[in-house]
Amino acid sequence: MRRVGGGCLALIALTLPLWLPSAYHLHVAIMAGIFGVLALSLNLLLGYTGQLSLGHAAFFGIGAYTSALLTLKLEWSFWPALAAAIALAGAAGWFIGRLSLKLRGAYFVLVTISFAGVISLVSVNWIELTNGPLGLPGVPAPELGPWSLRTKTAYYYLVLAAVALSYVVSRRLVGSRIGRAFVALRENEALAESIGVDVTHYLVLAAVVSAAMAGLGGSLYAHYTRFVSPEVFLFSYTVTMVIMVVAGGKGTLAGPLVGAVLFTALPEALRAATSWQWQMLAYGVLLVLLVVFMPRGIVPHINASFSRTPRP
Amino acid sequence: MLAVRNLAVRFGGVTALEGVSFDVRPGSITSVIGPNGAGKTTAFNAITGYLRPTGGRVTYEGVTLTGLRPSAIAQRGIVRTFQRTSVFPSLSVEDNVMTGLHLRGTAGFLAVLLGRRRLADEERHLASDAAAIIEFVGLAHRRREAASALPYGEQRLLELALALAARPRVLLLDEPGAGMTGAEKTVVSGLIRKVREQNVTILLVEHDMRLVMGISDTVIVLNGGRVIAEGAPAEIQAHPDVIRAYLGASHGSA
Repeated sequence: MRRVGGGCLALIALTLPLWLPSAYHLHVAIMAGIFGVLALSLNLLLGYTGQLSLGHAAFFGIGAYTSALLTLKLEWSFWPALAAAIALAGAAGWFIGRLSLKLRGAYFVLVTISFAGVISLVSVNWIELTNGPLGLPGVPAPELGPWSLRTKTAYYYLVLAAVALSYVVSRRLVGSRIGRAFVALRENEALAESIGVDVTHYLVLAAVVSAAMAGLGGSLYAHYTRFVSPEVFLFSYTVTMVIMVVAGGKGTLAGPLVGAVLFTALPEALRAATSWQWQMLAYGVLLVLLVVFMPRGIVPHINASFSRTPRP
Repeated sequence: MLAVRNLAVRFGGVTALEGVSFDVRPGSITSVIGPNGAGKTTAFNAITGYLRPTGGRVTYEGVTLTGLRPSAIAQRGIVRTFQRTSVFPSLSVEDNVMTGLHLRGTAGFLAVLLGRRRLADEERHLASDAAAIIEFVGLAHRRREAASALPYGEQRLLELALALAARPRVLLLDEPGAGMTGAEKTVVSGLIRKVREQNVTILLVEHDMRLVMGISDTVIVLNGGRVIAEGAPAEIQAHPDVIRAYLGASHGSA
């Protein structure tokens, strides 16, 4: 049944541009996809190793700036710039991961926040490189061979491919001894060490993969909005990612994707339905209700209620 | 052979271990006993890398272990359990043991991302290893249950299964019988004997004298951070220092 459900979802995702009524809806779908990549990325750290990164926007922003700068200033084409964005964000993840050698829990949270703060300040103040608060307009649309991926439909499929890639990478890691080592660190670090799990190695690995994935999301974002400014480092991006992962179900593969779709679509739906003040209030109330009634997240909640129903 | 030489641990002004030396013969069951605060668990922590000793060293087959991280020591075949029950609570029994098999797997990052058939083969091998270990400790009927849902005694068995999964050559058990009923203790000591038959050397800390005297080849008595006696169970039971320091007034309690 699971397989059938997955197949249906994949079919819906693949045909979405055909039956979405407007370009605006497709835009929402693209943003949901980009946030899907980001939420999967954060989930590797938060959901599996149990370390909360509250500076995840930094990796997103590094990806966005790297890709934008390389295509604008050095006139690289999109694909190598994308690869560089992933690599540089991954390198930043390595740096943060090495710090986490000594720092866990609350200290790790503080380090990631500070890291994002510093990177954000660099983007504002290194004006020769980043154009400061004015940002970088005119980031080119990606091309695939002779075709430009300028249209929303084409970009949707690019993002969908990135979501699929991130999902497959997450799934393979999680289903392997590497993923089991991540979970061991989350569940009981001392015990994990006693059975030979090298804590440093696996925390750094999780941070690198997670950051690289966020870099992928950042690059996709830059080439979609065609504009990058220090706003990509806003704390609210990180908060959005955390909400998506926690509400969707951290430590599950589907949870972050469910969260990303829900929490990208919800503000848009609320915006259509009501005024700005009510919109924020309704968002808040819904979030509180979710946390109260599904404290482990939507996907684990649904899984649990399925397995509770008696089997024939 | 696991050799402990002049191992010393000081916490600020408190001396927990003061130049402890002993050997654990390969294939033996060696017990460390002593009154509370004698330094037994401290010795375990220092041997397995959870605590950096202030002095002395530990070697296994001539290789120095002191200064290595716990995971590196586990990689060399010295695996421990903990005094307080230690499992991965939200994982099933099966997943606990699969996680414990970490060192038996070889798949690295790239293999996991790319490799197909070989990866699946390895997973299948690990799963059958896990099933065998679960069977060995007698938890087959609990395979799919969350570790946190098991009764205490079974959690301790799971803990033993986890340690065995790491393929120990020396297994350090910190109070494996603590809090267990008499029947459960019998099961545990039976398992410990069986593990030894598989050429695993065993070092254990235990309070239960009947358990200790029943299965040990050698007993080491710690008191106040020093070794005060070492020998076969019968010698230890008759040793005047031990009786004075540990068994105290209630002569016959051993």
